[in-house]
Amino acid sequence: MNIWLNFLVDSLAFGATFMYGSTGEILTEKAGHLNLGIPGIMCMGGAGGCMMLNLIGTSSLPPFLIVILGILSSLAAAMLMGLIYSFLTVTLRANQNVTGLALTTFGVGLMKVIMSKLSPTVYLVMPKAYYRWPFAGRQDSLQCLGVMFFLGLLIAVAASWVLYRTKVGLHLRAVGENPATADAVGINVTRYKYVATCVGSGIAGLGGFYYIIDYMASQEAYLSLEAFGWLSIALVIFALWRPHRTIIGSTIFGFLFSCSSFITNLSFVQVTMAAKPLLKMLPYVFTIIVLIISSIRNKRENQPPESLGLAYFRENR
Amino acid sequence: MAGTHNAETREPLVHLSRRASTPAWRAWTIRLIALVLGLLVCGAVAFILIDKLRDDPGKIGDFFYAFIKGSFGTPRKLWKMLKNLSILLCIALALTPAFRMRFWNIGAEGQTLMGVLGAITVDFYLGGKIPEGLLLVLMLLAALLYGSLWALIPAIFKAKWNTNETLFTLMMNYVATFVVSYFLVIWVPSGSSSLAKLKYGKLPSVVNDYFVIIMVALALTVGLYVYLNYSKHGYEISVVGESVNTAKYVGINVKRVIIRTMMLSGLLCGLTGFLIASGLDRTITTDSVGGQGFTAIMVSWLANFDPLMMVVTSGLIQILNQGAAQISQDFNVSGALPDVIVGIILFFIIGCEFFINYQLHFRHHSNREAAK
Repeated sequence: MNIWLNFLVDSLAFGATFMYGSTGEILTEKAGHLNLGIPGIMCMGGAGGCMMLNLIGTSSLPPFLIVILGILSSLAAAMLMGLIYSFLTVTLRANQNVTGLALTTFGVGLMKVIMSKLSPTVYLVMPKAYYRWPFAGRQDSLQCLGVMFFLGLLIAVAASWVLYRTKVGLHLRAVGENPATADAVGINVTRYKYVATCVGSGIAGLGGFYYIIDYMASQEAYLSLEAFGWLSIALVIFALWRPHRTIIGSTIFGFLFSCSSFITNLSFVQVTMAAKPLLKMLPYVFTIIVLIISSIRNKRENQPPESLGLAYFRENR
Repeated sequence: MAGTHNAETREPLVHLSRRASTPAWRAWTIRLIALVLGLLVCGAVAFILIDKLRDDPGKIGDFFYAFIKGSFGTPRKLWKMLKNLSILLCIALALTPAFRMRFWNIGAEGQTLMGVLGAITVDFYLGGKIPEGLLLVLMLLAALLYGSLWALIPAIFKAKWNTNETLFTLMMNYVATFVVSYFLVIWVPSGSSSLAKLKYGKLPSVVNDYFVIIMVALALTVGLYVYLNYSKHGYEISVVGESVNTAKYVGINVKRVIIRTMMLSGLLCGLTGFLIASGLDRTITTDSVGGQGFTAIMVSWLANFDPLMMVVTSGLIQILNQGAAQISQDFNVSGALPDVIVGIILFFIIGCEFFINYQLHFRHHSNREAAK
């Protein structure tokens, strides 16, 4: 019994990485911007946080301050990346796919250079216990949940609430569906796009930070981060553009991903090595199936934002 | 200005308008300025990241010289640059028909990887058992089949149900990766998951190992240029790209054009996969294409979907890549530095397109005086 509980909690904790990533991406996509830079942004979010911890990780500052400063620094680095993206795509109206891919190239590369210069004994060893508050040091399965996991849940629910229950969210969705109409009713399209992209990037960046410092808490963690950035983009489709659904979606993705390493622990399941890649493939296959089904059913509320991927220039007709 | 009564007619500082057309010399000057600015920013970033450079700022000359040294320093480096350029160019060319149709195929990575898988599968099971010539033909056919199949799946759903192709093709890349690792587990039971270089199925060496690949890329460039600009198919692709409704109105079968064009895209990716498999690697990893499928998207877009221009853009990216690799080697820094440098230059080149396509009108003081 305990093994299943461990498995569930581990899936939740692992999934929080993509939960952050896809909540951020949903905000951006709702403003009409398909941000393929998310993997790069998540990487830089991780690097930004770790840079701060590298400075203060072993200092005598109170632990809660270290936790908060790390989060803020990660947020700032990721938002800076979002700013580059939105300047290029919103102000300079560059192609979103190309900009996003360039941002990913840049972000992943820069993170690797930065992380190779930091010392894990400083940024990792002490802080990782702080981030697991209040469950640090426990022996049961709860030990892998911490501050940032709950922060992620909070952000996902709050993002859904803002998007679908407030006027700001209504305006944002209007911008993503049809910027010309939104512009005509007096919504500041540029400001909404900028804010949504930067806030979204910040949230996604926290996912990268969470993965490195909390979930994996290892010095090699950053090398595998990029793949989870792409998985976050997949999760957006899986969640049909609803942030709160990413909580369930990310748990399923986390489950499938950790399945492959976990399943060997179960004595009654006989699996060959060959099954592992197939299990890891499932999140992507499920995403494709969801994408296909939602396009066949063609329900309006489950479609990608109408103007996703298109630049807005007021004088274009 | 206390008594201004028409505050609501405030003019913004900058007003934008789309240029009807830009003369080529102006476009190229803007791009060149962007490239130079990008390189300067790279220098500044390198200053922060590279310790050796900070200790001895005089080495900044070596830093910039490395971009030339990396690709033109020795004949070997030059050939390597041309080979890498050709592979990148082939993938970019493969993407272009789809892009001209505004079908955002970002699945070249997966389609090419499937091409490699097709060729290697044939090589693995039949290598040495049948004549070498026949083996190569079968490898090519398998690569074409796998590549086009990977492109056809999203195309059919796009044509039939208008399923978002960007997201679909993106996901197909990852499915392809895991298909490859599945086969690796089957082929290499030891668990090391690295397939030793196969003995058979090597592309014949003319002049050197790279020459055939370079020739194929050249032929493909010219062929695709003619196909897109002077054939009926090419015309249909442009019309569908401009407006699906116009295409329907003039009697073009849009679904057929979508499926046919994506099939072509996939076939060319498969061909590239064959070149990688038989001409270079003769083995396969999940990283056989090495992200070039994504870089190719930028190559094609930067060239404005013009096959001839892609020779220039893929060359630029390749020179930057090898230059940056040279820097990593000379200055002893992390191997990820090329990505940072290419990323920065790309930002500038992507951004400069704005100044080519749009005109800025600054608010003039004289206008304001006249308005009073």
